[in-house]
Amino acid sequence: MSLQLQARNLACERDGRWLFGALDLEIQGGDILRVEGANGSGKTTLLKLLSAQSLDYQGTLLWRGEPLRRVRRDFLSHLLYIGHASALKPALSALENLAWHAALAGQPSSEAERVAALATLGLSGFEDLPVGQLSAGQQRRVALARLVLVRRRLWMLDEPFTALDRDGIQTLEALLSSHVGQGGSVVLTTHQPLRVEVPVNRLHLGEEGVDVTT
Amino acid sequence: MSRPERYAEPSGANRPLIAMMRRDLLLMMRSPGAWLNPLAFFALVITLFPVGISPAASVLSTLAPGLLWVAALLATLLSLEGMFRDDAEDGSLEQLLLAPQPLPLLVLARVAVHWVSTGLPLALMAPVLGIMLALPSGSYPMLMASLALGSAALSLIGAIGAALTIGVARGGILLSLLVLPLYVPVLIFGSGAVQAAIGGTPVAPHLALLGALLALALALAPWATAAALRISLNA
Repeated sequence: MSLQLQARNLACERDGRWLFGALDLEIQGGDILRVEGANGSGKTTLLKLLSAQSLDYQGTLLWRGEPLRRVRRDFLSHLLYIGHASALKPALSALENLAWHAALAGQPSSEAERVAALATLGLSGFEDLPVGQLSAGQQRRVALARLVLVRRRLWMLDEPFTALDRDGIQTLEALLSSHVGQGGSVVLTTHQPLRVEVPVNRLHLGEEGVDVTT
Repeated sequence: MSRPERYAEPSGANRPLIAMMRRDLLLMMRSPGAWLNPLAFFALVITLFPVGISPAASVLSTLAPGLLWVAALLATLLSLEGMFRDDAEDGSLEQLLLAPQPLPLLVLARVAVHWVSTGLPLALMAPVLGIMLALPSGSYPMLMASLALGSAALSLIGAIGAALTIGVARGGILLSLLVLPLYVPVLIFGSGAVQAAIGGTPVAPHLALLGALLALALALAPWATAAALRISLNA
């Protein structure tokens, strides 16, 4: 079944300030949506609404034509969300962290798969070190290894490029391209120029209102 | 290259739960401070009573059940704050809320590990400290049983408070205020069971009430905690 997340007339207010209003969105298989905007413009808040974490909004969110609140469980089984925080335990190794994430997602993974996922992100040889001993960029790579390990159709990534070096950025861009090429979808926020081989929809959040371009 | 399988995956529908408990136990072993602190607190408080009150066995033995239970309760309270805090800070909690599994079940897994790392060690340690307070020897099994049963209820109830106070900076006092009134019945029937064992009156009613409190907490607390987590994280 095709993947489709729609927002109709979405509006969100935080602390007496409207972050955005009258937002119409449609995310389908093969789409990349890039959310832009200044610091504090509501990018992370929008991602939290779209990932069904926060229910504090006005308007309608539809997943495959059904209200998101009602089909939340089904929606979440298609979603892979990587937020600002890495969701890694410093005391556990990269492999142990990934094993937990895969199990939590309900997808069994073998040790070989986890090692391969880390190798894709260029972390061969760091599998057994406590994540707390890795650098910020390496920790980000461990978090991003979930993209390889956990097979989900819809990715939501909040500032995924933070702390990555040039190699890491290229690896992530390649992952995004191939995911979208296979019919997956991506919603991401970044300040980084994005070089992927597929067209990118852009959503700009700002004082002057919401602006969607393709 | 052959790599020993140290983290074999469990199979079946319980996989996320087992993975969750396994991760928590692993974390517990890697950072023993978190679970040793309440035990050290328990031991320190109990050692001070003979010094502060009187070393006379006749005085201490009447106070012993209450003192042991109060100290164990406070030690549990001390350990509650960390139950969800680390997960909230590093983003793991966000991932728990996004997991397709029912959140109350994941909460239950977390509470089970909390009990194994605080309630159970407290119950096992209590007889040793009981000797120090001249607790009559026949009541040791009852002391351990009542603490093991009661502390499970304390962990469950405490989880609600811990979930509600995640977002509060230095929420320890608030957490204590929220949780203490609900702890009182557990304390009454827990120390009551030990006193009954010493006095030779039937202990079954006390244990049954303690069990009823545990059953009630088991039925309600995971749902309340799950709801509290959702509120705290999106506030």
